[in-house]
Order: sequence, then structure tokens, then C-alpha cells
Amino acid sequence: MNVLWLQASGCGGCTMSLLCAEDPNIVDLLAGAGIRFLWHPALSLETGGEVHALLDRVASGALPLDVLCVEGAIARGPRGTGRYQMLSGTGRTVLDWVRQLAPLARHVVAVGSCAAYGGVTSAGENPSDAAGLQYEGTHLGGVLPATFRCDGGLPVINVAGCPTHPDWVTETLMLLANGALGADDLDALGRPLFFAQHLVHHGCPKNEFYEYKASAVHLCEIGCMMEHLGCVGTQAVGDCNIRPWNGSGSCTRGGYPCISCTAPEFEEPKHAFTETPKVAGIPVGLPSDMPKAWFMALASLSKAATPERLSKNATSDRVRILPTHRKPPG
Amino acid sequence: MSESRLVVGPFNRVEGDLEVQLDVADGAVQSARVNAPLYRGFERMLLGRAPSDALTLTPRICGICSISQSAAAARALAAAGGHAAAPQGAAIAALIHAVENVSDHLFHFNLFFMPDFTRPTYAARPWHGRAVDRFAAAEGGAQRAAIEARAALMHILGLMAGKWPHTLAIQPGGVTRAPGPSDKVRIMASLTAFRRYLEETVFGGPLEAFAEIADRDALMGWGRGDAGLFLDIAADLDLDALGRGSGRYLSFGAYPQDCGHAFAPGLWRDGRQDPLDLTRMVEEVAHSWMLGPAAHPAAGQTLPDEDMREDAYSWCKAPRLAGETMETGALARQVVDGHPLARALAGGGVLARVAGRLLELARSQAVMERLAREIDVSARFMDPAPEVRAGQGAGLVEAARGALGHWVRVEKGRIAGYQIVAPTTWNFSPRDAAGQPGPLEAALVGAPVAPGETTPVTVQHIVRSFDPCMVCTVH
Repeated sequence: MNVLWLQASGCGGCTMSLLCAEDPNIVDLLAGAGIRFLWHPALSLETGGEVHALLDRVASGALPLDVLCVEGAIARGPRGTGRYQMLSGTGRTVLDWVRQLAPLARHVVAVGSCAAYGGVTSAGENPSDAAGLQYEGTHLGGVLPATFRCDGGLPVINVAGCPTHPDWVTETLMLLANGALGADDLDALGRPLFFAQHLVHHGCPKNEFYEYKASAVHLCEIGCMMEHLGCVGTQAVGDCNIRPWNGSGSCTRGGYPCISCTAPEFEEPKHAFTETPKVAGIPVGLPSDMPKAWFMALASLSKAATPERLSKNATSDRVRILPTHRKPPG
Repeated sequence: MSESRLVVGPFNRVEGDLEVQLDVADGAVQSARVNAPLYRGFERMLLGRAPSDALTLTPRICGICSISQSAAAARALAAAGGHAAAPQGAAIAALIHAVENVSDHLFHFNLFFMPDFTRPTYAARPWHGRAVDRFAAAEGGAQRAAIEARAALMHILGLMAGKWPHTLAIQPGGVTRAPGPSDKVRIMASLTAFRRYLEETVFGGPLEAFAEIADRDALMGWGRGDAGLFLDIAADLDLDALGRGSGRYLSFGAYPQDCGHAFAPGLWRDGRQDPLDLTRMVEEVAHSWMLGPAAHPAAGQTLPDEDMREDAYSWCKAPRLAGETMETGALARQVVDGHPLARALAGGGVLARVAGRLLELARSQAVMERLAREIDVSARFMDPAPEVRAGQGAGLVEAARGALGHWVRVEKGRIAGYQIVAPTTWNFSPRDAAGQPGPLEAALVGAPVAPGETTPVTVQHIVRSFDPCMVCTVH
């Protein structure tokens, strides 16, 4: 299976993350799965004229393309021209190239939340009028129409994340190579279910604090970060706390909140990223599939029942009070 | 005499988008124009937001210098609020920043720079077989080893920064996770494994022996490891003469702690060391697709020229210090820090920049090991900073590629001004109002071009010797 990888309007961080793949390393993993880069901006030898020749062969159909991976949002500005990003040396915009190449690929993969939904590149006033491949934020229809389907029958596959976990990309590519990723394997926003069926909350080491609503007040304290520090891990999709990052990490393991970087429009939370907005002292944005009244009732009960160990530890930067050891019966 | 114009791009194995336009005559580059063909507008996205949002958004300027951007934002906000980080928090921030910089150096050498020597054009050179064996794209032994060593080193980031890139661990008050005793020994174990890799593979000998090299002859006689292979190639191709610099270097100083910087800040000009003084720094826009006056970044704006006027050719502004271009990066840092080898190489070309990076790779290992050894697990790692209501400040750090500055102004609890000047903004800047070319543009003049070459290999060596980061440049 061949892969052409284009870097559009983004930070390149999804490639950098991909190169952190381990067990085996990224080179051996792809080679072992029969996946070959026709060209990758960070990894391939070819530059300049050699790349033009390759792009022309793909564009003319002479070289059939299995997978087009796009990393980064697509700039449409200024004034709809796309000239805020030219594909260097070609005299053409990236917008133009993507619209030409996407229909020629058997599969199109948006790598990262920028390519999927616009992401951080579209934050604030969206200075470059950037959009995702098939979404503009939560709205279906980006630089490719809502109805776009590849030869392979799928819409754009949104391997969202800022950055993406290396395994989300490699597993998507391996599943495609095996013909094992179908429309039913994507969620309503085009994200592969193998990571999108989980919540960041699953496996979060702060779960016991969450159960008792024992909350951290400042970053660096080990309590739950939902009540005060903007954490939305209970609503955010991703298996970040089930399979770790860079050996053993995740955002919440690193002591800072989940900002739901796999979701469209995460870049505009309408409040400071590390602050939980509240109405009458009650956090807004409670778990989405739980009745609010039940949540409030459970929260007040569990707060009343919070052991001192958890309430003290929650506002400390390390475990101060240890779990009690019960003597074995008899 | 034959004259031609070449447009080189897509220019890969650099971070981000780059296009280089070359006027070639008599087998050499006569003049060059460097274009950063992407505009995103981060400085505008930040306006009106909570100051702390800069800590989430600015790392996402760049996937390879992400922690550098974090560190600069955290320092700018601390300065604006008059806040000091907990000393041990600053030490952990320095450690995770060093891990990123070292990873970038390793990657640059193995994946971005060295593969060009595997090209068929060099097939007749005595070292070509070794170059292919070690550095063939995605197949060479050195590439695999570097990818694995980097991923393993980054376990320190998984542990202390949650993930890489795009961590929120670095805050104005310190870091968000307090390491315990087992974390400390785990970090030291990762560093020991990384030292073994560097000594066995990259340098073929003790790091201290490489770091003690004081002159050019000793450097060129190193003869061991992949560094030795590079030096053999550099001698054969005379890479010292290729793409020479102005000899003016700028460093903001790397890894600041209460006890000072691990690599000192300062300026190096005309063979003389001066203290860092940015009062006469200006970002010019005469040949940039930007509007508004030239300004110091504390007063600067970002106003894109939607018409992309004819006499401009890049989204990159042109920073100048007292009217002069400055080169920044690992070589600059080591020259300014006073290392004798770097001083001996000052003003040099491709060899000097790449050797400066290797020298820093060897020296940084000792910095990381000291920072890890000095972790005091009983200390506080965060002194929480309140959100800034009003004030302004600068955050000056050293990314792998050189001097990175953030200038923030906060009014009524919101960001009222935010300007970022990245290392490659200095190095790859376009011409200024006086027509003075940027450092890369100047370094490319005279580069030999063989008949029929459309993407001259000498130009590739020179461009990549700077280790450009275009996504930082065109934030």
C-alpha cells in the first residue's frame, strides 16, 4: 500500500508524534505491514524537481494512489484564493492540490485535528480562513464536500488529536492495508472507533478523586481537575489513559487537564483552557450522557463521604496521606 | 556566461514549508530569495484571550520546537505578572526543554541533513558506500538507531510532561507534576541509556572527549562514529567553505535557572563578545507580505498583506539588531558560550553549523545529567502564578534552532499584544528596507551549481545546515 503524505497548514507535530512510535519503531512497523511512503516531507530523500515529477504522475493517474494523508488544516484565505499556503516550488496552492489529489486516492486520511476539523490553525478569528478536509469545525463540509467519498467508499478518515497518538495513525494505516476499516468502524465525526469509543477518563489515574469530587485547585495538585481546572476528560474521546504516550504519559498523568483535542472546535472552549466555567458554583459541561440531576445528587453524596485521605491529597502535589491497611481478619 | 533562475521546492527534510529562488550564473548562485510560503496568524489568534491560553496555543505553533514555545510563553507570562517560578520547577522545565532540543539535534543530523550524501551524484566519492549504509532514507542503520534512541529518551517527557509534542506541563510558576524518588532514578536510567547510544553510535567515543576538542585539526581528526563519517565527508567536500556565515551570532542563553544559564546569553560580533541588548532590535517588513511599520516586537503587530504585493516575497518578517542580521542556532550558542572549538569555527559554513550542533549534543548530555542529579524530590515544583491582569513581559529562550522570543502585553486580563520572533525568522529572513539579504540568502551566494541541476545539492546542504524550522517562522 503506498502513501502520499502532504503537510498543509499545521505545526508538523503529528509527524513528530508518529516518529515516537515504538515496538517496533515506525520504519520497521510500516515496512513490516507493506506500507510504503511515495513521499513524506520529513522522511523522504526527494526534494524539489523530483517531487514535482512524482506529484504529476499521481495527478495524471499514471501512479495509482492508495492513501493520501494530509496533516494540517487547509488555508482558504486570502479571499478564498488559498494563497496563504502555496505548495512550494509548484506555483499552486495546497488547497488546489488537495482538491485534485483527494478524489484520486483510494482512501483519504486526515492526520490530526487541524486536517480533520480545522483545529488550532482555525482558532480565534481564523486568520487564514482554514478548514478541515471534510469538516469546518463541527459542520460537515470542509474543503471537500459533505458527500465526498473515496474510491474505497469511505469519507475522509479523521485521525483527530493534537497531536495524534502515533498508534492511532499506524493502526489506521495497517487496518486500511488489511481492508479491515469500514464505514461502521468510524464514529459520527469520522474518527476510527478503536480509539474514539473510549473516553480520556477511562483509566485516568485521578479516577478515585473524581469519584469523591476531591478536586485540585491549582495545577500541580494531584486531585481531579474537572471541577476547577478545565478538564473535560469525562467527555473527550481517546484512549489516552489506556495506552500511554511516550512510554507512560498522558495529559492528566502529566498533571494538566484534558482539553478534548480530538474534538472539533476544541480550540475555542469559550473560556480559558485551564479554568472550569461555572454557573452558580456548579461546573457546566458535566458528563454528556448522564442526567444532570443524578450527577448533582451523586456528587453531593460523594463529596459528603470523601475520606480525609482524598480531600487532603487532592490539594497536595504528592500523596500525603496513605491508604489505610486493614489487618487481615482472624 | 549562462544565466538562469531556479525555484527550488518543495524543500523537504526541513520543518515546514520553504521555497528558495536562485539566480544562477557562471556555475554559481549569484543571489537568493528565501520564501516562507505559509501564513497562519497565531499572533492574531491570541488577541483578546485569557493570558494563560498562550500556554495551550503557542506550543502548537510548532510540532518540533513545542516545548521551546511553551517555555517562552511561560517566561513571558511570568515576566508580565512579576512572578518567579519555583526553583526546582524551573530546573525540571530546563530538563524537559533540553530533552526536546537534544532530540531535535539528533533528528536533524540523522534524518534531515545526512541523507543528502547518499545521493547518486556522490557515488564516486570514497565515503559514499558508508553514507548509504548509515543514512539511506528510512533504511540506513543510523536512521533506525536515531529514531529508537529518540523515542526512548522521550520517555522522560512522557513521565514529566505527559506527552510530546504539545505539553501544558510548563507554567509560569513551575511544572505541573512533582517527580518522586522513583521518577528521578527512572529519568537517570533513560539518560544513561541515551549516553550509551551517543557514545557507541553517534560519536564512537566518550562524550567528554568530543566536548574537549578545542581546535579544528583535532575536530577533523576525530575519525570515529557517525560524527567521524560526517567530518570525513566535510573534509573531502570542503564544507567549511560552503555557505559561510557573517560571523555575527545571537544567543538568548539556554536553560535559565537561579544559578544562571547552562549556555550563556550574549552577542558575538567582529570577533568580540557583547552582552545581550535587544533595545535596538527591529522587525522589518519591507519585503514581507506584512503591513504596518517596522517595530520592536514589544510594539509590533501582525497585519498580513492580503494583496501579496509584488515587491515582497515571504510571510517571514526580517528581524535586525542595530541594523544587522544575526545568525542563531547551536553554533551561535556555543560561540557565545565561549567554547574554544566553536570560537575556532566562527564565521564558517556547513561544517561549522553541523559541528556546532554535534558539539552541543555532546555537551548537553552533561547538562541533562546534572539537572537530573540535582532534582530535590522533597521540594515544591510549582509556585502557582495568578492570571495576569495587566503588564508586559518578554520570554527569551533557546530552541534547538536558536533564539526564540515571545513578547506579551496584557490589559484588563486579556492579551492585548503578542509577538513571536523565532530562530528561523532571524536566519531565513527576507531582505530589509536597505536591501540587506537575510543570513541564509547571504550564505547561498557563491554556492556552486552543476550544469543541469534544478535542485542544486550544494544549496540543499547549506539550507539544511541551518536546521530551519519554517512552521515556527511563519507562526
